[in-house]
Amino acid sequence: MAYRIEVVTHVNDTRSEVMRKNLVSEGFAIETAKVLEVYTVNKNFNSEEIKKIAEILSNPISQKFKIVTKSNLDRNVLDKVHEELNSGFNEVAPKVFDFALEIGFLPGVTDNIATTTKESIEGLTKQKFIEEESVHTSTLIFLKGKITEEDTKKIGNILANKLIQRIHVKDKTSFEKDNGMDLIIPKVHLSSEIEITKIDLNISEEELLKLGKEGILNHDGTRRGPLALEKDYLYAIKQYFEKEDRSPTDIELESLAQTWSEHCKHTIFAAEIDEIKDGLYKGYIKKATIDIRNKKGKDDFCVSVFSDNSGAIIFDENYLITDKAETHNSPSALDPFGGAITGIVGVNRDTIGFGKGAKPVLNKYGFCVGLPDDEEPIYRDKDLKEASLTPKRIFEGVIAGVNAGGNQSGIPTPQGFSYFHKDYKGKPLIFVGTVGLIPKIINGKPSHEKSAHKGDKIVIIGGRTGQDGIHGATFSSETLSAESPATAVQIGDPITQKKFSDAIIKEAREMDLYNSITDDGAGGLSSSVSEMAKECGGCEVDLETVPLKYPNLEPWKIWISESQERMTLSIPEEKLEKFIELMNRREVESTVIGTFTDSGRCIIKYKDEKIMDISMDFLHNGLPKKTLRATYTKIERKEKALPEPENLTETLLELLKNPNIASTEFISRQYDHVVQGGAVLGPLHGKGRVISPASVTKPMIETTKGAVCSQGLYPKYSEIDTYDMAACAIDTAVRNSIAIGGKLSHMALMDNFCWCSSNEPERLGQLKAAAKACYDYAVAYRTPYISGKDSMFNDFNGFDKNGKAIKISAPPTLLVSSLSVMDDVTKAVSLDTKFAGDLVYILGETKDELAGSEYFPEGENIPKVNAISAKKLYEKVEEAILKNMIASALSPSHGGLAATFAKKTIAGQLGMEIDLNKIPREKDLQRNDFILFSETQSRFVVTINPKKKEEFEKLFKNESFAGIGQILDSQKFTIKGTNGKTIIDTNVKDLEEAYKFTFKDY
Amino acid sequence: MSNNDITLGKDRFRRDIPQTTSLSRTSQGSVALPKVLVLTGYGINCEEETAKAFELSGGLPTIVHINDLIENPKMLDDYQIMVFPGGFSYGDDTGSGNALANKIKNNIEKEILDFAKQDRLIIGICNGFQILTNLGLVPAKENKYGKRQAVLMHNAHARYECRWIKLKNTSQKCVWTRNIDTLHCPIAHGEGNFYAEKEVIDSLIKNDQIAFKYIKDDNSPANQEFPFNPNGTMLDIAGICDETGRIFGLMPHPERFNSFTNEDGWTLEKEHLLREGKELPTLGKGLQVFKNAIEYFTK
Repeated sequence: MAYRIEVVTHVNDTRSEVMRKNLVSEGFAIETAKVLEVYTVNKNFNSEEIKKIAEILSNPISQKFKIVTKSNLDRNVLDKVHEELNSGFNEVAPKVFDFALEIGFLPGVTDNIATTTKESIEGLTKQKFIEEESVHTSTLIFLKGKITEEDTKKIGNILANKLIQRIHVKDKTSFEKDNGMDLIIPKVHLSSEIEITKIDLNISEEELLKLGKEGILNHDGTRRGPLALEKDYLYAIKQYFEKEDRSPTDIELESLAQTWSEHCKHTIFAAEIDEIKDGLYKGYIKKATIDIRNKKGKDDFCVSVFSDNSGAIIFDENYLITDKAETHNSPSALDPFGGAITGIVGVNRDTIGFGKGAKPVLNKYGFCVGLPDDEEPIYRDKDLKEASLTPKRIFEGVIAGVNAGGNQSGIPTPQGFSYFHKDYKGKPLIFVGTVGLIPKIINGKPSHEKSAHKGDKIVIIGGRTGQDGIHGATFSSETLSAESPATAVQIGDPITQKKFSDAIIKEAREMDLYNSITDDGAGGLSSSVSEMAKECGGCEVDLETVPLKYPNLEPWKIWISESQERMTLSIPEEKLEKFIELMNRREVESTVIGTFTDSGRCIIKYKDEKIMDISMDFLHNGLPKKTLRATYTKIERKEKALPEPENLTETLLELLKNPNIASTEFISRQYDHVVQGGAVLGPLHGKGRVISPASVTKPMIETTKGAVCSQGLYPKYSEIDTYDMAACAIDTAVRNSIAIGGKLSHMALMDNFCWCSSNEPERLGQLKAAAKACYDYAVAYRTPYISGKDSMFNDFNGFDKNGKAIKISAPPTLLVSSLSVMDDVTKAVSLDTKFAGDLVYILGETKDELAGSEYFPEGENIPKVNAISAKKLYEKVEEAILKNMIASALSPSHGGLAATFAKKTIAGQLGMEIDLNKIPREKDLQRNDFILFSETQSRFVVTINPKKKEEFEKLFKNESFAGIGQILDSQKFTIKGTNGKTIIDTNVKDLEEAYKFTFKDY
Repeated sequence: MSNNDITLGKDRFRRDIPQTTSLSRTSQGSVALPKVLVLTGYGINCEEETAKAFELSGGLPTIVHINDLIENPKMLDDYQIMVFPGGFSYGDDTGSGNALANKIKNNIEKEILDFAKQDRLIIGICNGFQILTNLGLVPAKENKYGKRQAVLMHNAHARYECRWIKLKNTSQKCVWTRNIDTLHCPIAHGEGNFYAEKEVIDSLIKNDQIAFKYIKDDNSPANQEFPFNPNGTMLDIAGICDETGRIFGLMPHPERFNSFTNEDGWTLEKEHLLREGKELPTLGKGLQVFKNAIEYFTK
């Protein structure tokens, strides 16, 4: 027997109203929309029980419910509508509608509400659900309007994602004939015949390469999905198994593919490239950190860098602060919501999995997507059946994903950005990051040290394992195409994670119950267990013990599945009982799946059969070293003539509507940025609520110390010069932090490279140049890298609407994130101007560096960074801030000085007058538009109390700086040009309207 | 280790509480610090800052996992104040606060109702307010503790909203809002749209149970106008108490205004004070809510 409980809201149903509005704005003639929640309960209950269940799933004041049953689950027909149990449903349910549309999950997709519902029902009835019994949720929408069945299906496709959800439409006639919608139980049925396949590697080279590219051959001729193993890797594997005198099993091959994937081993950054024998990572990134630490000597604040799930620096004498940023690009292209939510909760686990377990204290995001108004379809397949999601849809989806993941986890999100570029259309870049806090010493031991010991039990906690995320690691090492597996899509479950996160970092950690812990991320168990096994030298796993979402999952899938919300721990036998008891009390599933050994082998058993037995050394070090050759041809770009606009006021107002400059307050507002009680300066500054490029958070309420975060990236510069692009990204992340109160001598960086076509020498040449800049500028600022990540193939191979093959490569993108610790948060400076009469100063010289800017994306003169003069200036700004000399500060970036003046004005809601002629600048730089819109780095616009003028000017006397205007007590905003004439004349209101125009309907 | 250890120490989840039932209020004045039980588990996530707010206000908070409370409900006897902090219990699945309220009802409803009926204090903040409402601890018209009489529904714009708002204390009765006229405070919720049937609303007004209302910057009523009233709630209701004034549910988060530097716009206030040669305050005004609870037992 199964039941379908429908719940209708009859007062204040704002969700239905908002849905109607949204559908109307999508162009559908909808008169009314009514949204109902549906719970499908697949378990026997008597009528009294099911009524009680419906009562706890609805609210007696605002909702009514209806119960229908179905006794024959093989047929779609419903048996009975339980009128006697329905609580006045019929009086309030929509009677007038044209179509009913139901959206539910496909089999095997994580259904979080169903999990909660099941638990509530078990609690109420004191009856446990057994294997074949289940709960499923769906959404039923009644639509009335001038729409056809086709329209309704289109609406379904807008509201649902076909990769994870089912859509079911009925018109009113069939709805009434069938007594409503069907009762559907989306369960996964896997063949119970489980077979361990041996893979013959004595095949032709062509076949071998096909195996690497498309995966293991199934009996039916289909392939299992990409192994992403290149030719030399395949031969190394072949050679190994020749020595072992046997063929590999499917799980062995899959496991090697995961471990050796670009995603896990960062093979491109590790490879020898031209003259850099150590590769880009060791030769530039890691080397920068080593050299800086040596130079800093006793002032070195790094504690754990590049070796753990996050990097850690000193916070104060008792605590460490950690940072990590990740990308979730490919999954977000297919399912933006699922991709982003798994991204954010996944990077949270990189914090929980740091050392003995750090507490996440703030989240960060960065969304790089196609232009929001670009609706030109592109397709993954030649038959034009699989359309890519539009940039707007991806944007909205990833926003919602981070919303759900961050908000539900109780982690503030004070920091983030959105950036739009036409070439992010095929593959968006979705950055997520988490800062964590951990006591330096726990139970008398340094908290950042951990190690699995021989004899420790391998224990997994959290969510169950399913087919989700099969081939995620190898998939992300590939470009996006029609073959991209839908099982690569996962949905996060923040509450399951919150339960174990609390149990670990707030209890088990202090009770000293484990020796090591790590996150199950890319590659799943194959990665976490075998990585941890390196610490002791081996492992033996019994895959039959792994708790599954549904029966009959093949062992190779269990081993590499990327099901979310799981972590792996190493637990000494004598502490096991206590650990499991604690997890049971917290309702966290925990399971022993094997033992860590020192055998030098990674051994896996399934049903008493040994199905994997590979040497640890081969598994981790067997992959052949790559040697890469790079070329870098600088494209000669002719400086295009650019006529000076006649009306610069209009130009400025238009620029403020540029999506890369415009307000994205709608995102900041829907992310909780004040939870945990340590907010200092968040995403929005001033009465005018302007997005700040930096944030300050107190991770502990009772200290004055603050974590200062910022981010920088300039994808538009990449096609001109990636060295300068990287320099600008670093400078921006550093100076934004300085502007808000960051401390240069206690500042660390992270690099997130998102490249494209990284098998092409030219792209590698661009990469090499960027990596070199990473070394040069980090060393110059003495800001070490503590963690980083790369994603090398952000390309889309598909078809345009005419079926013509197209490739869209994301622009080479480097996101640099900075993390600084400031001693006293009361010194922090916001960007909004404060009082009429305050003086406006510019610090730093302005140059003719208009190219690649938001104003003029063409040209060749992109900004270059002089780190030596910049560092001197930053130290002075820091001093001025500590001496309370600066009332407001913002450093120009995208949109140059003009955007900076405007943003400060909008934020402060006070007028401003500026004289461009006073701006210190390169000789010959006279064009007003050049001065206004050039994105020259290393500058600040600050306002000061006029009483501080002398003190301020004295401090900066050796720097390039000038007083250029003042704050008005009117609402006027005027800029005088180099010729002394007023070139911009507007007011606070018009600026604010332009700044808030582009995303006002989001 | 710092003072922050109330949240990290080994006794964070207490299991074996000595059973004492003494309330300190009526006896020796301010000798014993009131003990505060701060609930956690299943997605509650504001327990640490809420415990900290009570600590800064002179209370003795202990964070207790709901499963430990279910196992040993007698521990309630040891506490004068019970707190349902903010968070996302069960991810708001089946309605905000509903699933955790169901868990309580399925296990320790009687003990919670007993606590509510005694001369003790209960506060539910944000998701905690939603839980209190689902448990029927507020508004509890005619002292019908345990009956759902109101509901917090989806915000008018049907989206999660995080921003600072302004509140007006409109109740003489509510213990928790004493000594407050207006308060700047952050909200962060998707379901804060208070609704009850007319007779319940009438009785809320009649019995002086509407403790906080959203107002505009100039202290005039928000009159449902966004963003001053951030969720469309009827009568601009942000928080209500029971008929005794001891049990308080509110959507805003006063615990997030624990420091001067938390407040939206504090840097402008800082410049003001610096230019007037004045000291900067350290604590935040939101703490008054928690001080009121402590003083109920100590003054």
